Amino acid sequence: MSGVFDFLRGCVRQVLTGGRAYKAWVAFLFLTIAVGGLSYAQQATGGLIVTNMRDEVSWAFYIGNFTFLVGVAAAAVLLVIPAYVYHWKPIKEVVVLGELLAISALVMCLLFISVDMGRPERALHIMPFLGTPNWPRSLLAWDALVLNSYLVVNVVLVSYLMFKTYRGETYDKRIFLPLVLLSIPVSLSTHTVTAFLYNGMAARPYWNASILAPRFIASAFCSGPAVMIILFQVLRRTFKEFPIQDEAIWKIAELMSYAMFVNLFLLGAELFKEFYSATEHLRYTQYLWTGIGEHRTLVPYAWAALLCSVVAFVLFLIPRTRRNFLTLNLGCLLIWAGVYIEKGMGLIIPGFTPDTLGQIYEYRPTAMEWGVAAGVFGIGFLVFTILVKIAVPILVGTFRADGAPRASPASQAGLAAP
Amino acid sequence: MTARKGFDVIQGEPEAADPSRRSFLRTAAAGAALGALAGCGGVSMDDVLRKHFRELSKDDLAKVLAKVERRNQERFGKDTKVTAEGPRPGVEFGYGLDISRCVGCRRCVYACVKENNQSREQPQIHWIRVLEMEKEHGVDLTHADLYYDPGAVPQPGKFYFPVQCQQCRNPPCVKACPTQATWKEADGIVVVDYDWCIGCRCCMSACPYGARHFNWAEPKLPAEELNPVQHYLGNRPRPKGVVEKCTFCIQRVRNGRYPACVEICPVGARKFGNLLDPESEIRRVMDTKRVLVFKEELATHPQFYFFYAT
Repeated sequence: MSGVFDFLRGCVRQVLTGGRAYKAWVAFLFLTIAVGGLSYAQQATGGLIVTNMRDEVSWAFYIGNFTFLVGVAAAAVLLVIPAYVYHWKPIKEVVVLGELLAISALVMCLLFISVDMGRPERALHIMPFLGTPNWPRSLLAWDALVLNSYLVVNVVLVSYLMFKTYRGETYDKRIFLPLVLLSIPVSLSTHTVTAFLYNGMAARPYWNASILAPRFIASAFCSGPAVMIILFQVLRRTFKEFPIQDEAIWKIAELMSYAMFVNLFLLGAELFKEFYSATEHLRYTQYLWTGIGEHRTLVPYAWAALLCSVVAFVLFLIPRTRRNFLTLNLGCLLIWAGVYIEKGMGLIIPGFTPDTLGQIYEYRPTAMEWGVAAGVFGIGFLVFTILVKIAVPILVGTFRADGAPRASPASQAGLAAP
Repeated sequence: MTARKGFDVIQGEPEAADPSRRSFLRTAAAGAALGALAGCGGVSMDDVLRKHFRELSKDDLAKVLAKVERRNQERFGKDTKVTAEGPRPGVEFGYGLDISRCVGCRRCVYACVKENNQSREQPQIHWIRVLEMEKEHGVDLTHADLYYDPGAVPQPGKFYFPVQCQQCRNPPCVKACPTQATWKEADGIVVVDYDWCIGCRCCMSACPYGARHFNWAEPKLPAEELNPVQHYLGNRPRPKGVVEKCTFCIQRVRNGRYPACVEICPVGARKFGNLLDPESEIRRVMDTKRVLVFKEELATHPQFYFFYAT
């Protein structure tokens, strides 16, 4: 493993060089991070009272974003399974990017959890050996474990693959394959455990439904690939050499339409159960879809999310609109917006409204919460930008160790030749 | 009430010291953690290296208590007495609330605030919350009002339903806590170590009774209103960013006194005692009245009972 130092130096060079658009983008990201830093500084001194969370709604915007991003991270599996296990050519070349997206999403997840904590400096208490994690009973202790494991697996996998390709060598299947096979269950478990975190709380009937974890997985398979499809097109345009074929994108879109159908079906099943049986537990669903009395903050968002999901489903279902990049991208934006509302605020806030004593506190994020969230997204996008800036030149063969073969790099990396 | 008869006061048994491996790892990690801590004011090295409360030796516990007293002195300029008296053998606390007597005056709410050093405003924290309910609907949270504000109580057609920590035998909050910062003591009191809580608020999501409260900001507690008689797991002043809850006034009941809410109740709606003592007040309630528990369908098995005496 000689040449690591050269590799790292090369990586830094890759990151520091770029066109005007690249530099403007990075500058913009630093700006959002600065906004986030300033907002967080206020929160750290004043306490979480600068948010609009209160005892009634004790998790909100941060945890909503966290939940959505766990879905984005878990969706990398949708690309990993067919690509690696079935050696499915068109998709294999884009899997690396899926994993980079997963890494960035996980960084944001961990940051959103951290900014939500009242005493982040005591985070060690949750770590095995260093603290006193409440295993096996506490779901958050499990979540911390699976999220960190998924992050480590992805980082190791991508670094190994990139370094080998950089050196012009083929990867060792005995190292590579076990890690890929491990990443599949770990990815699914991140999302399932996060769903169980809410699902397991008998005190919150809105979450305490067995359909929650399946709905999580279904919506993750919609939102994650939607982000990917758009990213692939951007990359294809930016790096002329990057070999992403139309068929790969259309295949992902087709898989997404199945996931969207399942997602809508599960939503329908849940709405039927709540409205038909109409027990006291209907109140939470009612708060989301119709409002309770004058408390109607979430209602427009709920219907907007449903409209987005249905339109996106139709666009993805019809082969002609699926293969037209204009309607495809529109569908991606719509499904992204739909799932962002549904798995973010639409999941967290009605869980707390009305609260366990039947009282209603209407939550809306403060400017400070938007600021902190902007900062977290800024860091996440910066991580992704940097990773892509390093990975793509390696994949297309322009960033190589001295003396490493440069010809036919894609096949060397195990990528499909165009 | 039997607690008054007096027991031997037994300090909570300190458990065997930690395996040295854990201490080593902690020391090693502390170095790495210190960088991250640079931005957090008021965090000292021994806070990071401290063991879990239940693993503290007698000497370590004494040091921790002395430190809390020192911090109280710095923060309020007042001498305080902080103890960590453990549960007594043969005691399991039970609470009874007579719904037919309660008039909804909220005296218990404010007696509790005074006794237990809660934040007075921004955030205002109440461990006891009284719901006004409609006689027509019975105990129905859809028709319950926490913020009732009439000229006088009780209002016609209404009854009052106070809720605080139910000290569940099967506490969902303890299950949810990722760091074991909250646990159930042998006498049934569910406690929080404010120096171990990471402020993730899982316990608040898990509690079906809204009994857990978060210090959204540094608690605002005037020095002249500070109750100097304090228990480490109870009414000592809390830092910002941690969760707190009713402890049946652990600082009182482990010394054979009534909780403040029982003492203040003007109509005698609140009963308290040792469930294992056949002569206790609470046992008399259970023997002669029919009791019910709140949200029994969740199988939390509260040690807090409601009853209708008349």
